[in-house]
Amino acid sequence: MAPGPAVVDIEQLKEHPAVARLVGWNPQAVEGVKFDREEMTITVVREAIREACALLRDDPRCPFNYLSDVTCVDYYPSDLRFEVIYHLLSIPNKERVRLKVRLSGEMPALDSVTSVWPSANYFEREVFDLFGVRFNGHPYLRRLLMPENWEGHPLRKDYPVEGYR
Amino acid sequence: MILNMGPQHPSTHGVLRVLLEIDGENVVRMMPDIGYLHTGIEKTCEAKFYQQVVPLTDRIDYLCPMTNNLCYVLAVEKLLGLEIPPRAQWLRVMMNELTRINSHLVWLGTHAMDIGAMTVFLYCFREREDVLRLFEAISGQRMMTSYFRVGGVALDAPLDFFHRVKKFADRFPSRVDEYEGLLTGNPIWKMRTKGVAKISAEDAIALGASGPTLRGSGVDIDLRRDTPYSGYENFKFQVPLGKEGDVFDRYMCRVRELRESIGIVQQALEGMPSGPIKANAPQVVLPDREKMKTEMEALIYHFKIITEGFAVPEGEVYQAVESPRGEMGYYVVSDGGPKPYRVHMRSACLANMQCLPIMCEGRLIADVVAAIGSIDIVLGEIDR
Repeated sequence: MAPGPAVVDIEQLKEHPAVARLVGWNPQAVEGVKFDREEMTITVVREAIREACALLRDDPRCPFNYLSDVTCVDYYPSDLRFEVIYHLLSIPNKERVRLKVRLSGEMPALDSVTSVWPSANYFEREVFDLFGVRFNGHPYLRRLLMPENWEGHPLRKDYPVEGYR
Repeated sequence: MILNMGPQHPSTHGVLRVLLEIDGENVVRMMPDIGYLHTGIEKTCEAKFYQQVVPLTDRIDYLCPMTNNLCYVLAVEKLLGLEIPPRAQWLRVMMNELTRINSHLVWLGTHAMDIGAMTVFLYCFREREDVLRLFEAISGQRMMTSYFRVGGVALDAPLDFFHRVKKFADRFPSRVDEYEGLLTGNPIWKMRTKGVAKISAEDAIALGASGPTLRGSGVDIDLRRDTPYSGYENFKFQVPLGKEGDVFDRYMCRVRELRESIGIVQQALEGMPSGPIKANAPQVVLPDREKMKTEMEALIYHFKIITEGFAVPEGEVYQAVESPRGEMGYYVVSDGGPKPYRVHMRSACLANMQCLPIMCEGRLIADVVAAIGSIDIVLGEIDR
């Protein structure tokens, strides 16, 4: 019943178009890869995320031209607390890949990918609103779902389910 | 002049507030403002057992409850590595397509009413009532069905259910002809929709549009066909595409999808396999009521699942399905415990809504109404 073990060896996963593209560009930018439950995850260093996204979008062999989703997971209380997660889809090749960036808990910030995909606009605003992760270079980084004067970021794990009241 | 449209406006299909900067009747700039229906469902999910999340998923998109159920249970089943019996898969496909018909009927009725065609609304809700009665027959609920379970479906279909679905499916195509008779060739309808709120394929992809909003611009993608799930690879159907990316093309896409969906329902009826409706996984799937009265193990498993939930192996999955509005995705992270560590819903409407400014800027206020209707907006799904 249990699914097979995850593959984390980068040598075995070089066939995957996204891994090949990123490793071919800059092996230092790739922190790790994981192939689990038929899904590919690539962890990218924080500084490289925007360029990595642009590279994958313009890959001639397998263009990951569609940004499905941006979200975040809070692994409180570990040091690298936040994981910002990008789900990419290649419309011509029907391939999916997940990019991850790990961020520390103090002033979490990374580059916005709105210049690569305008669709990231609302997704990133939502992450900012609910997790407090800042996106540098975002055109309009304001709260999206919560009221403007709301205190705290509700989806953080140290935010109580019932709220502060 | 700045004009505030909404949040209480009949054409915004919920509580969408749109800030319009206007010059006379022309829209210069448009900015949607959302969050009025935010209920923190993603946070609530983290405090529930896996099986308790299913009823929450209905409530994010009240027009297609079963699509959300399906997407969530598929994600959890992928985490668990569960094998679903064919009958459950086919029932899921059939109910999912009926849900699509239900959702498209509400969209067609309200969209036509926004633009001024009142009659279509009444016609659509007549058929929608039939679909809701079918939902009630199989799940006991008309709207918040919560019919799918991790590992299968809640109940088998009642005795005359397939007969009733068959009767509906036979009747329905002629009803679609009726709607089309009222709208497709209607010169007023054409004037209000053709060439209105256009979006190019490149813009639609860049802005993350999906579903009929993307297909209306001619991008050939349908997750049911391209990344099949829940046995969709066994069904034959066409993916209707538009060309211009205007309101009329999106309308035509959805109307033709109505016909394709009823075709899938017919195929599901013809090929409905017999057999169990739940996976063989006693730690995860609740036992039959009858077994609980005779078997000790069944009673124990029932007690354990209800009181402690079931543990899901560590991992993360992203499951996307083709909802009536586009790519509905569930990203579920498990830390090995009985409660999800994180559930994120990728809302098709949130991304589709980002296309609104590009569709509306430079056009008339009246076209804003048509544009909002044409992307089939559901605010519950956007705000979650």
